[in-house]
Amino acid sequence: MSEMKKIKNLKEFSTSADRFEGANLLCPGCAHSIIVREVLNATNDDLVLSASTGCLEVCTAVYPYTSWDASWIHIGFENGSTAVAGAEAMYKALKTKGRLKQPDRNPKFVSFAGDGASYDIGFQWISGCMERGHNMMHIVLDNEVYANTGGQRSSSTPIGASATTSPAGRISYGEKRNKKDMVSIMASHHIPYSAQVSPNKWKDMVKKIQHGFAVDGPVFINAASPCTTEWKFDPKDTMTIADLATDSLVFPLYEIIDGRELNITYRPKNIVPVEDYLAAQGRFKHLFKDQYKYLIKEWQERIDDNWAYLQRREEAKV
Amino acid sequence: MAFDKMELKDIEVWDGNFAAAQALRQCQIDVVAAYPITPSTPIVEGYAKFLSDNYIEGEFVMVESEHAAMSGCIGAAAAGGRVATATSSQGFALMVETLYQASGMRLPIVLNVVNRALASPLNVNGDHSDMYLGRDSGWIQIDAYCPQDAYDLNFIAFKVSEDHDIRLPAMVHQDGFMTSHTAQGVHTLSDDVAYNFVGNYKPMNDMLDFEHPVTHGVQTEEDWHFEHKARQHNDLMTKVLPKIQEAFDDFEKLSGRKYNIVEEYDTKDADVCVVCLGSSVETAREVALEMRAKGIKAGVVGIRVIRPFPFEQVRDALKDIKSIAALDRSSPNGAAGMLFNEIAGALFNTDTKALLSGYVYGLGGRDLTKAHLVDLFKELQANVDAGKVTTPLQQFIGVRGPKLSYL
Repeated sequence: MSEMKKIKNLKEFSTSADRFEGANLLCPGCAHSIIVREVLNATNDDLVLSASTGCLEVCTAVYPYTSWDASWIHIGFENGSTAVAGAEAMYKALKTKGRLKQPDRNPKFVSFAGDGASYDIGFQWISGCMERGHNMMHIVLDNEVYANTGGQRSSSTPIGASATTSPAGRISYGEKRNKKDMVSIMASHHIPYSAQVSPNKWKDMVKKIQHGFAVDGPVFINAASPCTTEWKFDPKDTMTIADLATDSLVFPLYEIIDGRELNITYRPKNIVPVEDYLAAQGRFKHLFKDQYKYLIKEWQERIDDNWAYLQRREEAKV
Repeated sequence: MAFDKMELKDIEVWDGNFAAAQALRQCQIDVVAAYPITPSTPIVEGYAKFLSDNYIEGEFVMVESEHAAMSGCIGAAAAGGRVATATSSQGFALMVETLYQASGMRLPIVLNVVNRALASPLNVNGDHSDMYLGRDSGWIQIDAYCPQDAYDLNFIAFKVSEDHDIRLPAMVHQDGFMTSHTAQGVHTLSDDVAYNFVGNYKPMNDMLDFEHPVTHGVQTEEDWHFEHKARQHNDLMTKVLPKIQEAFDDFEKLSGRKYNIVEEYDTKDADVCVVCLGSSVETAREVALEMRAKGIKAGVVGIRVIRPFPFEQVRDALKDIKSIAALDRSSPNGAAGMLFNEIAGALFNTDTKALLSGYVYGLGGRDLTKAHLVDLFKELQANVDAGKVTTPLQQFIGVRGPKLSYL
């Protein structure tokens, strides 16, 4: 196994060798690029990366330019995970056959995809990759919306958010369904490691990514990716929104080992009311009208309930 | 662990599927990502069994759909190694998105397509609907008429597809059941001779070369997309057929078996000629010989390479024929058949006096009988005698009920 990269502090982390260039077309304040840099900077090993069609892909590989100083592939919307699985299979084959050009390397295989490409259209492909035991990591850049196509709801869009295909209006509060629990679904494949991360908690992120790289087998990571454009907040506030997400426990940070043991990895010292998280984003603005205020109460109850559930699981080691 | 070689008899009794599986074994495919579908399944089952018995080294990835199968093949090919898979019909249709992606990304992959009808209605038997569906996908399409061809043409496909001047994926087609499940004597190559013909895989832009990171599958809009597509079309139009001919020539030296981009049978002095694909070529040849015994100068043309379409070879083969029948085994669904159109395109703007009529036959595995072909050749002769096409331009052969004809 390759040696784990040691990172002392944020300054060292932010200036370490960068295989994802700042020259890209993502929106100012987009969390995708922050997450990708954090993931790539967590290792010194060689990388084989993919991106499914989406914001990350269309903004980082526009011919004749590329933002990637690592092997990278995009095929389509639904199949980025399987592209990496195919490359991983080729790696194994060439290793067996003694035909690797650099046989002493320990490449890591990572697919990035948005929530649309993961929760919805690519769901089957990811499930297949997890089930088959490829030595790869799938990372969802979860901005809870089809951002690249202009803000349509996905099955990750939370209840009450206004999206272009579930718009808030005179008689509607927007999205009617709760967010799909993708981490649980993927953990139920009994993969060695699945976790939820957020870019504001970079140490937690690095620890989980490094753990994921160290285990043998498929790894699933769901990364909160606050979207300045579709969540409607000021681009300078990305990290503030991420802080609100983790500290309100709307986006709790935890890991599941072998699909059977849940550990909470971050417990906010001061839990922030969910209302504060909702109030900071334009997509929830309408919830603050009198007729929909009951939904904010329901939000808080749901988040409390989920936090209690996660704690019960942790305590019972299940 | 080194793999074992297999001792083959000079002639083995194989069906088309097993012949293709043996060819894949001898080419020592690095990765097969596959999903089962009738009638192509035995090809990838064969690869899996060879792997289990240590007759091959590689990775077999049994994925969850044909779309994922081709997606995995694309990832594996971009990583840098020899890749193949097989499919039919609905599986092929599900793959279509990725077929365009594979060819646009200039990745050599060999896909064995065991031709089968497309639903609806659901049908497991052979026709050419899936083969026709692939014809604008940017792949090379080579057609096998029998198990021997299915074996030999796989070697050709790898050799051409992986050539650094080409770098385009290739399909090897054979007819579902009629070829895939019909056992015939197949002349074999030894493992070493076969492998040496295709040679070691030579990587290009391989993702596993970490000293040279590469970006695959970029975005291009109106500024570059057209140039990429034009270059791909240019290479298909100008480079592929000469490379296939070169591979055919080399293969003939090796095996004594001669293949041609357009297969011509008794066309030199023919008045009438049937043009068709797949296993029907052999039936048509047999009937053409019988027609000659009856005084009709009959010939047959089989298109061996469907894409890129060999316009010049087709024109040269057919320009002196008096009456030609184009046989399409796929419902054109509101147009003339593909072969009818391509042949018309090849002969137009020449000084040919050839008459051309189209026939749709064999959908969903309906037999094309010798009796059908006898009638057809007689119709062509009647055209010759009359100096004009005496039938409608599009007729259906072998469909029950009142005779169907159009145009």
